[in-house]
Amino acid sequence: MAEELKLVTTWSQSVHEMQLGATRQEGGSRKAALTVGGEGALPFLFKEGALPHKPLIAAEIFDVPQDDEPEALRRDLKGISGDPVSWAKAMIADAGADLVSLKLAGIHPDGANTSAGQAVSLVKKILAAVDRPLIVLGCGEAARDNEVLPLVSEATKGERLLFGDAVQENYKTLTAACIADGHNIIAESPIDVNIAKQLNILISDLGMPANRIIINPTIGALGYGLEYAYSIMERARNAALSGDKMLAMPFICFVGQESWRAKEARVPASESPAWGDAAERGIMWEVVTAMSCLQAGADILTMRHPRAIKIIKSEIQELMKRP
Amino acid sequence: MYIIGELINGMYRNVREALACRDASVIKALARKQVDAGADALDINCGPLSKDPAQDMRWLVEAIQSEVAVPLCLDSTKQTVIVEGLKACRGKAIINSTTADPDKLDAYLALALQYHASLIALTVDKKGVPQDKERRLELAAFILERAAGAGLPAAEIYLDPVLMPINVAQNQLEDILRVIGDFKLLTTPPAKSVVGLSNISQGSKNRSIINRTFLVMAQALGLEAAILDPLDQELMRSLITGALVLNKTIYCDSYIEAYLKSKS
Repeated sequence: MAEELKLVTTWSQSVHEMQLGATRQEGGSRKAALTVGGEGALPFLFKEGALPHKPLIAAEIFDVPQDDEPEALRRDLKGISGDPVSWAKAMIADAGADLVSLKLAGIHPDGANTSAGQAVSLVKKILAAVDRPLIVLGCGEAARDNEVLPLVSEATKGERLLFGDAVQENYKTLTAACIADGHNIIAESPIDVNIAKQLNILISDLGMPANRIIINPTIGALGYGLEYAYSIMERARNAALSGDKMLAMPFICFVGQESWRAKEARVPASESPAWGDAAERGIMWEVVTAMSCLQAGADILTMRHPRAIKIIKSEIQELMKRP
Repeated sequence: MYIIGELINGMYRNVREALACRDASVIKALARKQVDAGADALDINCGPLSKDPAQDMRWLVEAIQSEVAVPLCLDSTKQTVIVEGLKACRGKAIINSTTADPDKLDAYLALALQYHASLIALTVDKKGVPQDKERRLELAAFILERAAGAGLPAAEIYLDPVLMPINVAQNQLEDILRVIGDFKLLTTPPAKSVVGLSNISQGSKNRSIINRTFLVMAQALGLEAAILDPLDQELMRSLITGALVLNKTIYCDSYIEAYLKSKS
C-alpha cells in the first residue's frame, strides 16, 4: 500500500437512504427489505465518512423474449430466459443477484402489445416466486406506460417496489401512483446533472419524499460515453455530500442494458478475430462498465449475464472490506 | 455563503417592544421567518436602549432556541452581555465581536475557547477604523497570531474588515473587497471573513440595491459569511445566483427553490 491518504475531506450531508421492499410486518410480503444510499463519503473512502450499505445488483429480465439478444446471452441464459418467473428465480438463486429488475418491454404497442392485465399478473407471479424486492420498468412509450404502470403499482400496493422511469416530460402519472401506493421511483435524466436536479425537484414538489427517489443518471457503456456518466455522477455526489438535498439521492445504473448494446459485446469472433472470444468479451464489457459505475457511486447496478453478476458481486465484497 | 440573520435587534421597534413586555411570540416568529428564508445563524442584539442588556440577552437566547436550532451570534459591545448569552446558549455560539486591542482580544479568545464558540474579530483597534487595506491586513494578522497563541483554530475566527457606509467612505470600499481575498493568505487553513452588510447603505437612499451589489462582489472575492436581512428576497436571490456563477452550486431551472429546499 502506498503512503496513507493524509488529506481527509469532511462532508456536511449524507445521501438519502432508500428502503426497497416491505416485509410482512411492514405491509408487504418480502422476506427482508434492502437499503441503499446513506453514503457520507465518496465511494469506498471509508476514512471520510459512513458507507453503511453495499451496492446492490439487480438482474435484468424481460416479460417477453428479446429477439436481438447477443449470442453470449442467448447461449448462457438458454432454458432460463424463456419464462420470466423462472428467470427471476434463477438469477437470485444461482447467479446471486440481490433483486430483480423486470422490464415490461412487451406492453409496447409496436411490440408484443401485451395487456395491462398480463403485466399485473406477471408481476404478481414474480413477487410470489421470489421473496426479494422488485424493480418494475415500463416499455418507454409514455402513453402506454401511463396506462399500465399505475395498475401494476396499485396491484402491488405496500410492497415498496421501485418503479421507473420518470422523465422530465413524463413524471406526474407515475409519481402520483408511487406516492399513493407507497413505492419508490426512478428519476431518469439524459446524462445531465442540471436536469437530474430539476426532475428531483419536480417529483418532490408533487409530494414524493426525497428518500423515495433514486437517480438514473443514464450511463453509456465503456467506450460509449461512460466517462460522461462518471463525471456527472461524481459532480452530483460531490454536491450531495456538500449539502445539495435535491441531488442527495442514490444512483441506479443500467449496466447490462448498455453494455450488451455495445458493438464490442456483440460482434462474433468470426467477424473480428483480433477481438477474441465474443462471450468472454461481452462479459468483460459488462464487468468493466459495472466496476466503473461502482467507483462513480452507483447504489444499484442492473446486470444481465450471470457470470458478470458473480464477478461483480465478489468485487463488491472486496471493495466493501473496511481497511 | 453563511447567512446570519440580522432582524433580532433592539434597534428595531418590534424587537424593542417585545423585549419590554417579554413577548416571546414576536421573537420566535422573527427567528422562524429568518431561518425559513435561508438564515444559517441568527444575530441577537438587545439594542442601545436596553436597561438590562445581560438579562435581555439571556431572555432572547432562550426565546429563540425554543423555536429554532441554529447557531446564535451574540452581538454586544459589553463582555458581560456576551457571557450571559454564552451561558444560556445550548448550541453553537458566535461571539460578535472583539476588536484587535490585545486585552479585549485575549479575553474574548478565552471565552471562545471556554464555550466552544466562534469569534468575529473586527480589524479595528484603539486607533480607530483603518483607512487602507494594509492596516486592515496587519490587524488581521495580529488577531490570527494571537488566536494561534491562545489555541483557537483559525477556522473558528471570522475576520470582519469593517464595512463603511458608501456615503461616508466610498474610497475605501474597493480596499475592503480586496482585503477579503487577502485575509485567506494569512493562515492555512484560512480564517473566514464576515461583513455586517447593512452598514454599507447606512444613511443612503436605495439601500437594498447597494447592499446586494456589494454582497455579490464580496461573494466573488470569497466572502464566507454576512450579517444581513434574509427576508430581502432580491438580496437572497442575488446571492443564490452568485453561488451558481461561481460554480458553488449546480444549476437547474428551479435553482432558487432547490437552494431553499436544501436549507430546510
